[in-house]
This record gives sequence, structure tokens and C-alpha cells, in this order.
Amino acid sequence: MERSSEKPIGQVPSSRLTIRSFFEAIFQFIIDAVDTLFSRLQTLIGIKGMAYFFVLPNLLIFSVFILGPMLLNFLYAFTGGNSIFLQNRTFVGAENMEMLFTCSNFMDPNTCREDLFIRAVGNTAIFVVTQVVWMIVVSLFTALLLNRRIAGRGFFRSVFFYPVLLSPIVVGLMWRWILQENGILNSAIVSLGGEKIGFLSTASWARLWVVVISIWSTMGFYTLILLAGLQSIPLELYEAADIDGANEYRKFWGITLPLLMPTMLVVVVLSTIRAVQVFDVVFAFTGGGPGTATFYIVHYIFNNGFASATKEFGLASGASLFMASVLIIFTLVQLRLRGVDESS
Amino acid sequence: MNKRITFIAMLLLVMMIGLVPTLAQDTIELNFTCYQDGTECDTYADLLDTFMEENPGIVVNLETVPYQFIIESLPVIVEVGDGPDIARVTDYPGFSDFYLDMRPYMEDPALLEDNFNAVPLAAFRSADNPDGLHGFPDAVTATAPFVNATLFEQAGVELLGEGATWEEWIDALTQVRDATGVDYAFTIDNRGHRFAGPAMSMGANFFDEEGNFALAGDEGFSTFAEMLKNWLDTGLSASETWATGDTYTAANEFFINVQTVMYFSGSWQVGGFANTIGDAFDWVVVPNPTGPGGSTGVVGGAGIAAFDSGDDARNAAITAVMEYLLQPEVYAEFSGRTLNLPAHAGALEIGVEYDTDNPLVASALTQFGAEVGKLQDQAWMVAFNPFSFAYFSASNTRLAQYFFGEIDLEDVTVGIQSDIEDAMANADNS
Repeated sequence: MERSSEKPIGQVPSSRLTIRSFFEAIFQFIIDAVDTLFSRLQTLIGIKGMAYFFVLPNLLIFSVFILGPMLLNFLYAFTGGNSIFLQNRTFVGAENMEMLFTCSNFMDPNTCREDLFIRAVGNTAIFVVTQVVWMIVVSLFTALLLNRRIAGRGFFRSVFFYPVLLSPIVVGLMWRWILQENGILNSAIVSLGGEKIGFLSTASWARLWVVVISIWSTMGFYTLILLAGLQSIPLELYEAADIDGANEYRKFWGITLPLLMPTMLVVVVLSTIRAVQVFDVVFAFTGGGPGTATFYIVHYIFNNGFASATKEFGLASGASLFMASVLIIFTLVQLRLRGVDESS
Repeated sequence: MNKRITFIAMLLLVMMIGLVPTLAQDTIELNFTCYQDGTECDTYADLLDTFMEENPGIVVNLETVPYQFIIESLPVIVEVGDGPDIARVTDYPGFSDFYLDMRPYMEDPALLEDNFNAVPLAAFRSADNPDGLHGFPDAVTATAPFVNATLFEQAGVELLGEGATWEEWIDALTQVRDATGVDYAFTIDNRGHRFAGPAMSMGANFFDEEGNFALAGDEGFSTFAEMLKNWLDTGLSASETWATGDTYTAANEFFINVQTVMYFSGSWQVGGFANTIGDAFDWVVVPNPTGPGGSTGVVGGAGIAAFDSGDDARNAAITAVMEYLLQPEVYAEFSGRTLNLPAHAGALEIGVEYDTDNPLVASALTQFGAEVGKLQDQAWMVAFNPFSFAYFSASNTRLAQYFFGEIDLEDVTVGIQSDIEDAMANADNS
């Protein structure tokens, strides 16, 4: 106690100094070794080459897990047979694509060669349009609410985000238990004197609930993005509008919405891509039924490539190629719009 | 003296340690991929413990997997060369390129060849080996209706028996439903497999003379489809069962929860009902209802198959395991403990003692045994045709589409036939 009180202020014990200098020496040694190695490498391959060198690990992972499978998918789309090995498959040209898109009347799937695919495409298109529009409306409304100074704002932000953390299978099964014939909702309806409703066995109800559930389970994510966008709008603009006597409606249409557009665009593109890829939550919730009312493109691919005992990898790959093309178009449109937006 | 003893002991120890790798090298480890509806894999594990005690050079690692794994993943695993040595499968023809022909390794091929129905044994074979012995069914299943006898008693309606038609049954079931207030008269799993038996009873002919599927325009099939749609539309049957697309939905919960008077399924439900229903109510298996095509369910079931390892010693070990499981007394014990109908004539001869003291279970298994005896030929073929699974998949989807108004009645059989032909054309490309 006495000794420490005698110690000059700011002085570091010598033992600690030794340890620090030891680690500094090791660190310096590593840095020098790396520097020597990289200097030589840079002399050898040049500055541009170094850029490729640093990108290489990521590029390797990307090639093995994304680029390679994409290329394989492309090749499989032009082959037929049951074998999983490419060398054992027969080249059939555009036969799979022809099969997918041979139709007397695209508005009547029953006239199509691969009617289930056309139904899946139609269902997906309707789902994407409905889900994305309502997703934007609901997420924006929620973000606007959560942006206000309300009591328990932090709590409500967590509540709205919580479903995003749930596994899609859990979400699907949970809602199935709520909505099935002997589910909680029907029990409540019966106990109130009503009659059971076939939420899962009526096409229109099933389609509606699929949209509701997918919005419920993902809106927290988009709300968060929109909330960040709302908070980046300068408050001075609202103050100026207040001075000019603008009401809430005018402020929303004149300030909030225009300044939120770049964020909205991101939300629209992300939610559209996600909507096109919808599968897991619907698979657990309706299984694609009733009939094929909630049967979407990824479900078609899954059935043909994996679930069915008679594996039709060619058809599944053809459908994947179609879906990838649609998503690429969406992404290009987004890039183009962002470019226009940034330049303006 | 003590030093010498210590030295000898050390020497022996070193020699024994040296021997361990040699012993390990002589042991052949086999992999058995198994799925179970009830206790099949657990029973195999017990039986194989005895086998391993008798055959110390063979170790069988039994892995229990979900049925989905057998359908979805096993075909890919087998094709890439990482498959098991033995597997419990349902799609016998699906692996025919990879099976082991056990004949050269078997002590007594007749044990397999003479004890089983020729149709399932042929289903294991590939076209280039028409006499091969690759596996055997370890359980025969048959489809037939389960009826809640207590509800019939409460309603004062007499239970129908052999020869009663579908119309008579539905009439009786409706009376019981109305009298007791349960939700449904009749439920059936949403599978084309379950649907096949009643369709055959209504006169459906699934195959042409060459044994190929020929369903387009079949009247018997359409008749039962129309009858079932009518029952679903009028609330006699549970439409939610058929509302899950092509995802399997067993309607057994409606039966267990006393929401339906009749449940059409198969013998694999017996063990489950014995446990879940207990003595809550009396249930019986009744003969398949009759129609213009007679009275038949369809067969099904699982079997174990041997896969070619490419190594003689390993193939001999695989065959030894299969031959052990083929012994009539071993097979009979498996059937008795798992409450499965045996497919083995030798096991039937020595008699199967079902491991149950529940008279309802014993009676149900007896009735299912009787149903197997009167199955039509096409009832066997529908389960073991090389494109059976194409039919199952297509019929599940097309029937569901018809029931929910997406396609017309005449498009059901045409659609199923077209889907099967697509699968055949795809296989031809291999």
C-alpha cells in the first residue's frame, strides 16, 4: 500500500513493459515478414496483379459454390435422363425449354405441355405483385409509426422485427396450426357461434393467407431499412415546412416520400427478388395446395429435381434458368434505376 | 525369476497389441441404412446384435433415417458411390443398377427364391439380369378401411361385411355420422396409392397387356374419382386432407380423434393405432368394399436390398447378413415384433406370433392377411412397376387438382398417363 503510494503517477511497471515489448517485437516481425513477401510478390506481378491476388480467395469460394453450380445448372438444362452425373446424361438441346413453354394458350395452363410449370409461373407472378405492393405499404406504415415518438418505441421495433428471426418452416407450421380446420382460429369462430372456414382448403383463402404470412414474417426487415431511410431525412426540411404551414399530408407527399425513394427502391428490389424465390414458408404452410393454388416456381424446381422419385434434373434446371433470367432482369432494372437516381 | 516373468508378460502384451490391428483388419464393417414406420429398425438392431455375436468378423452399423431421406437423398448418395451396403427401401426398381446379385455368395439361394412372391422379387431386377437375387420384402402392406366400431354401436347401425358395395358403405357411414355427430363419414390419405384399390374395385384397369400403365380414359378410375369428389364437396369426407398439394397428409388423426367413422389406409397403421387409440374405442379392419371390379386393396411395403460394393469379401459379408435375416425364424420374429404382415412363405409356415395382447390388433392383422389373399394381380403390379413412383406422384397431384376444380374429370387420367409417359421418356434418355 505504502509502496504503491510512492509510485510516480503514469509510470508503467517494468514487468508489463517487458511483456508489451515482447509482443510488439513479434508483431513487428510478422509485419516485416509479410511486407517482404508482399513486396517481392508485387515486384513479380505488379500493382494490378496484387488486386487480383487479394480478390482470389473470395473468387475461389464464389467460383466453387456459386459460379460452378450455375454453370452446371446451365449445362443440365440441355440434357435429359435420370443420372446425376453429367457425363451419363444425354444432350437433348432445347427440348426441356420447349417442354416448359409449349402452350396453345398461356392463359389456360391446361393447354400447356408442362401445365404445372405454367401454373407455378402464373401463381408466382400474382404472388409477387400482391405481396410486394402490400409489403411496401405495410412496412412503410409501420416504419412511419415507429419513427414517431411513441411510448415503448424500442419494444415495438423489436416486436416487429422478431418474426424475421424465426425459421420459415416454424412460421409455416405455426400458421398452419392456427388456420387448419381444427386450428385455433376456427375453434374461436365456432365458440363464437360461427361455422368453420376452410382457410387451407379454399384456393382464395389459401392464397390470401400465404401473402399475409409472408408479409408478417419478413416485414420487420424492410421496416428497419425504411426506418433508417426516414431517420436520414434532415429535420430542418420538416421545420421549414412547418413554418410554411404545411400539414402532415403535404409533408409526407412533398418531403418524406421523395426523399425516401432511394431506400424504397432498394426495398422494392430486395422484396421482389425474395418474393420470386418464395418456397419454404409456403411449403410448410400449404404444401402448394389446395390443388396447385399456392404452387410456386421454386416448388416446381424442388419437386422435379429433388422430391420426386422420378428425378427430372433437366426440367428442374430449365426452370431454374428461367427464374435466374427473371431475377437478372430485375437486378439490371434496379441498377439502371439507381444509376438514374444517383445521376439526378 | 520375477524379472523373467515381467519380461514374458511384457512380451505377450506387445504381441497382443501387435495383433489388434490384424484383428481389426479382418473385421468387415457394413453400413445398413434403415427407416421405420414403427419399430422396424430397432428390431433389426436387436436381431443384428445376435448375428454379430455369431459372426465376430462382421460388424453392421445400422443407421436409422427418416423416410424422406430414403426417397430424396438415398438415390443421389447411391449414384455418387457413397451408398450403404444394405438399405430398407420402398422403390425397389429405383436402385436396380446398383444392387448386388447375391447368388454367387449365397449358401442357399432357394431360401430367397422359393419363399417370396415373384412380382416383388422381379421388381428388384434390372433388364440385363432377369434372374438376379438382390433383396426381399420384409413387410407386406395392404390397403383396407378401418372402421370405428364403437360409433356403429352407438348409432345402432349394423357393421357391413364381405361383399358390401361402396354405395352401401357410404350409406351406412352417413347414417352413423348423422346419428353420432362426428365430422366425417369417410376419410382417405391424399395418395394415389390408397386411391388405387377402390378405383380397381370400381373397375379400373391400370395396365395394358404388356404391363405398362394405360390409364388414359379409364372409366373405373374416373368413377371413384367422381365419387370421392362428391363426398369431399358435400362434407362427407375431409377436404383438408387433399388440400396440401402433393405433400403427404395422413388422415389418421381424424380417425384417432373420432372425427371420422371410416378411415381408408393400410396395415402399417395398426401398430400406431394400438398405441394411440388404446381402449378409447373399438376399431376394426373391414373387407375392402365391392364394386363392378371386385373387392381389392393394393399391396405395398418395404424391403431390404443389398448393394454391390465391388469387393468380393465385402459382398460375401453383405450376403451373410441378408441370409441371416432370411431365416424363417428370424423373419418371423421381425414380423411378430414389428406387427407387419410377413411376405415370407417359410415364416408363415412356422407361424408369426404377433407381439401384442391387444385383441383389436390381432383381429386387424388377420383381416389384412385375408385382404392380401384376395388382391388382384394389378394390385401387386401397381406397387412394383418400374414407373410406380411416377404414377404415385402424378396421381397425387392430378387428383388434388380435380378435387379443387382446376381440371376436369376426363383430364385426370389423361394427365396421369401423360406424366408417367414423360417419366418413361426421361428414363429412356439415360
